[in-house]
Amino acid sequence: MGKLFNEEVASQIKGVLAQMKNEITIKLFIDGKCDTCLETKQLLEETKTLSDKINLVVHEINESKEEAEKYDITLTPTFIILDDKGTYSGVRFSGFPGGYEINSFVSSLLEMSGLRHEFPQEVVDRVAKIKEPIDIKVFVTLGCPHCPGAVETAHRLAMLNSNIKATMIESQTFMELARTHKVSSVPKIVFNDALDLLGNQPVEAFLDEIETLL
Amino acid sequence: MFNFQLSSNKPQINYDELYDFIALGLGPAGLNAGLYAHRKGLKTLIVGHRVGGQLLNTADIDNYLGFSNIPAQKLIDEFRNHIENSKVPMLTDVLVTNIEKSADIFIITLNNGKTLQSKTVLYALGGSPRKLKVPGEDRLAGKGVAYCATCDGPFFQDKDVIIAGGGNSAIDATKDLARIAKSVTIIEKFTISADKTSVEQVAKLPNVTMFEETDVTEIIGDKYIEGIRVFDRKANKERIINTEGLFVEIGSIPNTALLKDLVELNKWGEVIVNNKQETSLKGLYAAGDVTNNWIRQVIVAAADGAKAALEANNYITKK
Repeated sequence: MGKLFNEEVASQIKGVLAQMKNEITIKLFIDGKCDTCLETKQLLEETKTLSDKINLVVHEINESKEEAEKYDITLTPTFIILDDKGTYSGVRFSGFPGGYEINSFVSSLLEMSGLRHEFPQEVVDRVAKIKEPIDIKVFVTLGCPHCPGAVETAHRLAMLNSNIKATMIESQTFMELARTHKVSSVPKIVFNDALDLLGNQPVEAFLDEIETLL
Repeated sequence: MFNFQLSSNKPQINYDELYDFIALGLGPAGLNAGLYAHRKGLKTLIVGHRVGGQLLNTADIDNYLGFSNIPAQKLIDEFRNHIENSKVPMLTDVLVTNIEKSADIFIITLNNGKTLQSKTVLYALGGSPRKLKVPGEDRLAGKGVAYCATCDGPFFQDKDVIIAGGGNSAIDATKDLARIAKSVTIIEKFTISADKTSVEQVAKLPNVTMFEETDVTEIIGDKYIEGIRVFDRKANKERIINTEGLFVEIGSIPNTALLKDLVELNKWGEVIVNNKQETSLKGLYAAGDVTNNWIRQVIVAAADGAKAALEANNYITKK
């Protein structure tokens, strides 16, 4: 298989990753040789070569059941991003983060490395009050320019509060799951498999939905 | 395969600075205005969410001089490279939440909790998809009723879909969806108004049908779209067309909510501008799809942005 990143894209991503502050670790869970597993593995391997602050660990899910259980991994490919202390804060990607989703992927690397997004204080205060587990699924397609914004918001909330877990779900790879959640437009943001929002909504709209679940 | 949009040289924004010119919007109007203002020596900042604006909703551009049939993302990359190579400061990933003018200075509030100040402002925040405003639409939005073909097309593989609209965006969406869906039916209220070359391409596709002078009067379905009710004005006849998806591609409505108490808008909510892109408020300019210029084209938005920047330069110089 040829390279996924051409020279121009590799150079652009390398330039952005140069802003990373601390090391991060990506843990990828794959299952055998499924197409998107291998493609996602290759994307992460190529990304790793673009910054010396990126560590990559690849797990075959059937050989790493304990690790998969620890991070509640049921879909493959799924990868999570840990900070320099090995802390997992619920930032997850299920499926291949290509197309427009390369932006939410690279943003999550930067922000997990310490280059955190600054929310207004009132948003930070509202997030701090969330004491119950919140699961956010953001269904995307790779041709959707509005989707990375929703994924980034969900991941930022996860980074702010350990009770929040946020997963980008690439709908074409997980079409059955998308059908279960009746996804026909993206981004569709699902909270605790109960409530949903459509579109790249502001963080306040995310919090309005979450607060109804508390 | 990758639509990479992040910038490697994020400028440090000085929020205490008094800018000469701030362009709000990262579409062709805002970007070109920023370029022109910066080249005039104005202390300039371009502000917005994602580079590209409404170009992000488009697959290909066929009519921007110098680029024949260029993917929209490639054109956005060219725009961004030009801005970055010219070292025009740009603040991305923010939304504007308020604009006010106090003692000749514009104060712009952002959703990151910060404010910016400027002597002049270009408002170029584009538009949002226009809705049909028929019964069933709001209830079934996201349940088979969609507004972005490039985003939602994959959910309609091998399905029968309908496109409401007959302008360039509707015909572009048809080209995209005809590759995925089993059939695409175009329903246009008046007559197809898209560029002739594009219409001819689409007319040759075996799975595309077009109906003109036909109104969509209702979207039918309980939990998910099942069909649409239409009225064929030529045949003077109502009928129901079964479908699994409806893409609404009937243009945009201007994002002018922030200006409603600040400048004069027309009855469609568009900012009224003169031929210098001036609004009714001194120092505030508008360009692109927010204005009463009925021509919604990339090259026109870019040109109007340039005009606004040059007029802002005159305004500041004369003061």
